[in-house]
This record gives sequence, structure tokens and C-alpha cells, in this order.
Amino acid sequence: MTGLRFDLRDPPPGAAALRAEVRAFIAGHAHRWTPEVRARSWMGFDRDFTRAVGSRGWIGMCWPKAYGGAERSFLERNIVLEEMLAAGAPVGAHWIGDRQSGPLILRLGTEAQRQKYLPRIASGEWAFCIGLSEPDSGSDLASLRTRADRVPEGWRLNGRKIWTTFGHLCDWMIALVRTSPAPEGGARHQGLSQVLVDLKAPGVTIRPIRDLVGEQGFNEITFDDVLLPPDALVGEEGAGWAQATSELAFERSGPDRYLSSHPLLEAAVAELRGDASATPALGRQAARLWTLRAMSTAVAGMLQDGEDPVRQAALVKDLGNTFEQELPDAVRALVDTDAMPEEMRRMHAYLTQVVPTFSLRGGTREIMRGIIARELGLR
Amino acid sequence: MASDIAAELAEQVARALADVSDVATLRAVEDGAFPRAAWDALSGLGLAMALVPEDAGGAGLGLADIAPVIEALGRVGAPAPLAEAIGAAALLAAAGIAVPEDGVLTFAAAGAPVPWGRHATHVVLVDGAHVSLHDAAALRWTEGVNIAREPRDTLAASGAPLAQGTLPPAWGDDAARALAALLRAGQMAGALSAALALAVDHANTRKQFGRPIGRFQAVQQQLALFAAESAAASVGAAAAARAADARGLADAAFEIGCAKVTAGEAAAQGAAIAHQVLAAMGITEEHALHHLTRRLWAWREEGGTERFWSARIGAAVQGANAPLWTFITARDEESAA
Repeated sequence: MTGLRFDLRDPPPGAAALRAEVRAFIAGHAHRWTPEVRARSWMGFDRDFTRAVGSRGWIGMCWPKAYGGAERSFLERNIVLEEMLAAGAPVGAHWIGDRQSGPLILRLGTEAQRQKYLPRIASGEWAFCIGLSEPDSGSDLASLRTRADRVPEGWRLNGRKIWTTFGHLCDWMIALVRTSPAPEGGARHQGLSQVLVDLKAPGVTIRPIRDLVGEQGFNEITFDDVLLPPDALVGEEGAGWAQATSELAFERSGPDRYLSSHPLLEAAVAELRGDASATPALGRQAARLWTLRAMSTAVAGMLQDGEDPVRQAALVKDLGNTFEQELPDAVRALVDTDAMPEEMRRMHAYLTQVVPTFSLRGGTREIMRGIIARELGLR
Repeated sequence: MASDIAAELAEQVARALADVSDVATLRAVEDGAFPRAAWDALSGLGLAMALVPEDAGGAGLGLADIAPVIEALGRVGAPAPLAEAIGAAALLAAAGIAVPEDGVLTFAAAGAPVPWGRHATHVVLVDGAHVSLHDAAALRWTEGVNIAREPRDTLAASGAPLAQGTLPPAWGDDAARALAALLRAGQMAGALSAALALAVDHANTRKQFGRPIGRFQAVQQQLALFAAESAAASVGAAAAARAADARGLADAAFEIGCAKVTAGEAAAQGAAIAHQVLAAMGITEEHALHHLTRRLWAWREEGGTERFWSARIGAAVQGANAPLWTFITARDEESAA
């Protein structure tokens, strides 16, 4: 079970100073955030805030300076992420570009692609979304049917993506699509590729899907003969599955997998500071938070060292999702909702409705446990 | 560097115990015997002096260095009191008392049951910051056991100590409990990984409906959760050991408490899942599983329960006069300094 080993690291040099810098920056913006914004966490989309973060060098901060990065370490980036999430900052406009799309382009993109996209992600100008799920392909992602066919002009894209977060607000999508048929009776993972799609291109139709809170968070995006230039391909044709799954350790282990409800926990601590009957329950939440943070930070350190802790990431995501998902009810057990201050009550109400998504987005709990079970030798 | 030493030491412990400790050893311990062969093999490694500074004749290692050793002990049900000996020697050295060279050494907070007391040649008692070393010949025991039937004896009478000393402030006034909590959290992480391995092995071999039960997703999902809890216990114990090395036991009480709470909750989940997967076989006396699960349940109670530590942690959080996040992150800045 070597795939479940965690190596602990010390904080990077200058950690405290960086943390203080980010906190001071956040303090200059936080007064504008409603309880719903803070409860929305990284599902909050605010271009102005994202540009401000970009101007501080905190988007793409591990990338080379030549591409708009800051050449900071992965553990330093982790500090910025932690602080943003702990405060409930609306980081959604750059979250995907910083976490996934940018690193993918940096690693596998052509020089021209790097120069075109990375500086604009880092400045906060361009927002990215990910095109994975389709109406008939969710957890069984390899069954997807959206296809890009080679044509003289480049590629012709047809199909449909769904549950695309912020699709209606983003500039670009990196979509996983079929570029050649799956071999007869063979591995369906073959023949898939990742392509860059300009969401303003002709033939792209974005249909908003309202969610249970009444907001437009995600979308159905239809591609009708969308022409993509030849350089829309990211990485290698046919290697899309391996490319997409190699990002998963980055996607699944970060602080966004256990801090999504954190502003509510802070509100509870503030509200219950003098309540002795709440002491053990608050201690229990703090213990869980501390352990998850140690695990998540360990994975960040392993990523920094060039390891591929994809199974550890699945494990942290599973535990972290359960923690952030149980928080509203844990808080509700300590304070009657009608006795909560308005700020807290509104965060609680919002989170109560959205926590079911935590163990869906980025791979379901069942898929995470399937990955762990495989590592245990059960499948 | 430290992790290389740690891995090497843990491997030595596993090798030393491989030939001299098995289920029969645990059974004998639970029947009241002292596991002489296991103890001799372990004490031959010289690990009891691991935490004692080099200028006092020890190895000068830290708690993080020996965390994998403690886990390795837990993996085989901690058949002999090596963790107790390591802790006792560390307490003695910190209080400026020479560590006895031979025999079985253990420690406890004054008034608490003494692990392996009746088998010890020397006993270290800690009352606040006051440490005393006792010759077992002068002690009278009321014998007792925990629910794993490990010896947990209460002192009926103790004569004058052989030596006395005072712990430095960094050890705090609850050092015996904090040290026991950290050692037990590490042992629990080991016992969890061993119980998980038994459950996985069973799931891969036991067939029902024509296939190994581990092929059923319902079983896979439960074992995956078990693995996650087991990993959480391990990371918690290791991270708390690092905090204790950086800041001393007293200032690491928060982290040690977090590790003990996490290990205790993992033990509850893990033991339940292990027994569910092993079904009736895991309940039988002859199966190895219950030696691990009963130790998990017993060790939850030692060095402070989840409830005890949650209350301590909660009080620290409530008393911090700062957001929880500020409180937690300020602690790793301190350890970096």
C-alpha cells in the first residue's frame, strides 16, 4: 500500500510573511462579501477580485516568470489557497485556470500555447472551465461522445458537455473529446484528446441550468460544427485520458476539498466562544480540521517533489468532503438556527443546500473509494 | 534524513519481532505472562534509550524519528512494553535522573494504572512536573487489565523512590498523559493498518456468491473508508510528534490532542468495519483480529479519551481570542522558527 504513504514537510521559508501579506490583501476586500459569497467559497465568480489577485502574482504563482508566473513553490501557493478559502474569498474566476488548465498548458502545451494563455490566466484576464461530463457520461467518463474530427482548417467539434461550472462566464474550456473511435472491444480510454475551445466561437450554445439554490452555477454547452484551429489540441492526440487523469492529484488534494464550509465554522467559533457546553464539539471539529490540513499539506509537499500522489489525493478528498459536508449539521447541533446571528444563519442556510455537491464535484465519493480500493488490491 | 532513520528503525523492530511474536504471544500476555522473547528481542535493539540525549548516554532521537517504531509496534499489537520504556527513559533523562541500565521500565501519571506494572523492574511516576523512579521490589500492586487484557496495575503501596527530579517547563505539568497519548496514537495507527490488512486479505480470499467478497463494491467502499481513517491516524500521530519535537510536549498539547482524537475516531470506524468484513470468524477467540481491535478500543481510553482531548482542544480554541484559522496556522509558523 505504498500508494497511501504520506510524507510530512515543514512550512516553506517565509510562510508567515506570505500568510500575513495575503491576509492583509483579503482584509481590503472582505467587507464587500455577503454571507452567501463567503459560503459559496471557490464557487464564487468575481472578475474584479480575480484581477486583483492576479496583480499580486498569486495566480499561476509556481509558473515561470516568462509566462506571467512568480516561480514560487507549490507549498507557498498552498498558503495562498488556504488563506483565500478560509476567508471565503470568491476565487472561482481563476480557480480552474490556476489549479488545472494553466498547469496542463505549461506541462504539455506548445511554446505558442504557453505564451498565449498562461500570462492571461495569471493576470486574471481569462477564465477557464473544464469540459468533462456529458448528458450520458458522468462517473463513467470514458463513455463520452463529444468528438473533434480533423478537417483542413483544424478540427470540427460536435457534441455536448454538461454540469460545466461557470461555463456561461468563462472565456475558454479545455474539453476532453473523442478524436478517434475507441478500438473494437478495446480500451475506451484510447482515442480521447484534450482541446481548447473558445466559448465565444460560432456554434457554441450555452444553456444555463439553475441549481437548487436558484442560482445559475452550471450549464449545458452544445457544440454544433464548431471549428477549432489546428493548435486547439493540447498535448498529444489520443493521450487525453492519461493527460486528464494525471491532473487529478492536483485537483483532488487541495484545501478546496476540506475548507469549503470553513467560514461557517469560524462563525460558530465566534458565536460559541463563551459557551462551555459547545467546547468538546468545537474541539472535535478543530481536531478533524487539523488532521485534514496535515494530510492535504503533505500531498502538496509530495507534488512539489515531483511525486504523483493521486491515490493519497483521492483519500484526502474523500475524508475532506465528509468533513466539510457534515459541518452545517454539526454547527446546527450547537446553535439553534433561529438563534444564529443573521450572517451566520445565511451562511448556514446556503451551505445546507450546497454541501451535497462537495462529494460530487471532482469525482464522486464512490469513485474516490474505488480508487483507494484498487490500491488496496480489491479490484 | 530523519525519515531515513525512522524507516530503518521501524524495519528493525518489525524484523526483531517477526520470529518471536505472534498471536500466541498476545494470547500469553493476555493470560498474564511476560513475553520474555519479544522483550529480549526488542530491548536488544537499544531503542529504550532512543529519546534520551546523547550526553546522557542515549540516542538523542526525537519523537518524530521514533513515530514509525511506535507504529510498527502497534502493528503487531505491542506485545511488550517498548513504548512505555522509551517514554519512561525520556522522562527520567529530562528530570536529570540516570536511566536504569537493565530490566523492564514503564511509566504512568501518579494515581493512574501503570501499564505492565507487575512485570516492571523499575517504574517512573509523574506527578505534575515531579518525576520519581521506583524499584519494583518496593512496590505492591493491585493487578488489573484493560479491555485488551493487557496488564494495567494500580499501586497499592510505594516506598521511598530511588531518585527524584523535576521536568523542565517545556514538558508541562501533564507530561505523562501527553506522552502516553502520543505513544498510544502511534500504536493505534499501526494496529489500524494491521487490522486493515487482515480485512483486505480476508475480503480477497473469502468467497460468497461465487466470488471473493472484496469484489463487491459495498465491501470495497467500506474498506476504502477504513484505509482513509487509518491514514488519518498515521498522519496525525506523525504530525503531532513533529510538533512535540519542535516545541516540547506542553506546547504541543493541542497537536497531540488532535492526533489522539483522530486516532480514537479512526479506531471506532476501523474496528467496526474490520469486524463487519470478517464477520463471525473475526469474533472467534482463535482469530488474530480481536487482539488488534480490543487494543484499539483499550488504547482509546489511555492517555486521554477523545472526549477529554476534544474538551482541551475546544477550550484552547475558545480561549484563543482569534479566529480558529489564525490559531491553527500560527502554530505551524512557530514550529518553523
